[in-house]
Amino acid sequence: MSEILVLVEHVDGEVKKVTLELLTLARSLGTPAAVWAGPGYGEPAKARLAEYGAEKVYLADSAEIVDYVVGPKAELLATLVAEKSPAAVLIAATPEGKEIAGRLAIKTDSGVITDAVGLSEGFVADQSIFGGGVNVKSRVTKGTPIIAVRPNSTAPEAAPGAAAEEQVTVTLSDAAKAAKVVERVKQEKGARPELTEAAIVVSGGRGVGSAENFAIIEKLADSLGAAVGASRAATDAGWYPHQFQVGQTGKTVSPQLYIAAGISGAIQHRAGMQTAKTIVAINKDPEAPIFELADFGVVGDLFQVVPQLTEEIEKRK
Amino acid sequence: MNIVVCVKQVPDTATERKLRSDDNTLDRDAADGVVNELDEYAVEEALRLKEAHGGEVTVLTMGPDKAADTIRKALAMGADKAVHLVDDALHGSDALSTSYAMAQTLKKIGFDLVILGSESTDARTGVLAAMLAERLGVAQLTLANKVEVEGSAVTIQRVTDYGYDKVQGSLPAVISVVEKINEPRYPSFKGIMAAKKKPVQKLGAAEAELAADQIGLGAAWSEVTEAAAAPPRAAGTVVKDEGDGGVKTADFLSSKKFI
Ligand SMILES: Cc1cc2nc3c(=O)[nH]c(=O)nc-3n(C[C@H](O)[C@H](O)[C@H](O)COP(=O)(O)OP(=O)(O)OC[C@H]3O[C@@H](n4cnc5c(N)ncnc54)[C@H](O)[C@@H]3O)c2cc1C
Ligand SMILES: Cc1cc2nc3c(=O)[nH]c(=O)nc-3n(C[C@H](O)[C@H](O)[C@H](O)COP(=O)(O)OP(=O)(O)OC[C@H]3O[C@@H](n4cnc5c(N)ncnc54)[C@H](O)[C@@H]3O)c2cc1C
Repeated sequence: MSEILVLVEHVDGEVKKVTLELLTLARSLGTPAAVWAGPGYGEPAKARLAEYGAEKVYLADSAEIVDYVVGPKAELLATLVAEKSPAAVLIAATPEGKEIAGRLAIKTDSGVITDAVGLSEGFVADQSIFGGGVNVKSRVTKGTPIIAVRPNSTAPEAAPGAAAEEQVTVTLSDAAKAAKVVERVKQEKGARPELTEAAIVVSGGRGVGSAENFAIIEKLADSLGAAVGASRAATDAGWYPHQFQVGQTGKTVSPQLYIAAGISGAIQHRAGMQTAKTIVAINKDPEAPIFELADFGVVGDLFQVVPQLTEEIEKRK
Repeated sequence: MNIVVCVKQVPDTATERKLRSDDNTLDRDAADGVVNELDEYAVEEALRLKEAHGGEVTVLTMGPDKAADTIRKALAMGADKAVHLVDDALHGSDALSTSYAMAQTLKKIGFDLVILGSESTDARTGVLAAMLAERLGVAQLTLANKVEVEGSAVTIQRVTDYGYDKVQGSLPAVISVVEKINEPRYPSFKGIMAAKKKPVQKLGAAEAELAADQIGLGAAWSEVTEAAAAPPRAAGTVVKDEGDGGVKTADFLSSKKFI
């Protein structure tokens, strides 16, 4: 079976969950080969990639690869596409992942599909578009299919692979080095999982009422090991930082469980969460459109319902 | 500084958006066309840079005739002139074709800085700025929530999962902006009147010197093979809180094995 390249997402030497999902998907369609770009590779990473079925690991672990924006990773992948003729390239559909996919598509004269939520035989991708209102199937018709897959599109399944390492060297062009990262600023993140990767997301909206009140949303999230999200009404009001906004102009999340508290369910909010597998809504207005999506809804005051739910979860753990 | 800001017309999110049943491309007649929201932030950033450093702001739009409304809106905000890339041959272009057509046009009209939104609200591919940087061979300064220009040096804050990266490049460059970089201005009455007289150059595929085998549905590198309205979600259970709403929610979560 032909090789499918999977660009590894990693942080501090740890492989991110979305990569395990992509390896799982790749395994159903070919032989997964992981591509590691940048420093941080070591035994833990290798073990993880092997556990989830990577037969090969292409290693380009020089610092230079991450010192410049997007260009180097696209050049690395283009080199591998030329040398290994893979059946497809899978990249996580994060904002940066999509940019890499875009540049790679041009370099290799290949089509690109973004935000796939599923992938089947012949690299036919499922896309959920227009805020979840329309489902389409699409495929690349020229070159090597380059597919940016949304986190949480598939459940990662372990299956051992050899993870045979092969060093790859790329000589970066000047164009790839045109945008230099001069400083990385880490803002407090806490122990919560990343919003786009999290299996469970708990979001608060205008109904939460203030920045202080977001503590009750955070408590519920922590009881479930969830990430915290917010509607635009809440981020615009300054109650919660903008990077946690879910929706059309914020993050797109596709978790197993999405809990919306004090969120009406405007179309622009739904655009960012409609592909969640299970949706729970807590809202005092029985007419709120969020209930149309909800698998389970409570009409009530979130200041009563949310703390009680948190307490109950803690009790049952 | 010669700034080109890319503005896309998109169907209003508040109306029902669909694909055409004949060729699975966006049905641009079914919904009202509006300026892609993030592009208003791009226009605003362009105007601020012009106000600080001098120069000219040109709007570049690729789209059907009715996209002229969108161009007027950007001109009313304060842009100086516009280029409207319009040709039936462009219909159905995918991201590769669109970036090709826009890059060709940019080479033709010239630029120091190209500013885009980071994503459109209809297709949401989020690839165009990176593709333009690749095609034009210039610095990719994308996903910016802050932009600073000093001489020929451009520094941005690029939004990341963990915060931001400070990224440097030099002109010419391609920038994309995220929401909250600024507060877009509303066009004033004076601005709206003035916009009517501002020059809009219409370019067809031939005038932009676009190769026929690189544009439109026929040239696309990808295709939509099926499209269907998403099946409605199965109706869920909605309960009224009688003092036990939290407990009932916990029961539901337990039944789904989340607890
Ligand atoms: C171009 C564009 C892009 C946009 N992008 C986004 C986006 O990315 N993300 C996004 O979220 N929005 C976005 N919006 C805004 C969107 O249209 C809505 O305005 C926004 O989602 C509303 O947020 P909300 O549901 O928190 O507030 P509201 O609509 O005001 O709803 C608040 C809800 O809380 C309920 N409530 C109040 N108090 C309580 C209580 N004590 N207990 C229980 N329930 C209570 C109310 O019944 C109400 O249903 C965008 C809008 C536009 C035009
Ligand atoms: C639902 C849907 C899904 C699609 N999926 C794919 C796909 O997976 N792969 C693919 O190759 N094509 C896809 N397309 C085609 C794609 O929409 C077009 O190629 C489009 O012109 C560029 O994509 P975008 O709007 O997503 O750009 P984005 O990269 O999201 O837009 C970023 C910015 O680019 C600028 N811009 C974009 N288009 C124009 C324009 N016409 N004129 C001026 N400025 C512009 C704006 O500043 C905008 O803010 C899809 C189209 C639709 C409707």
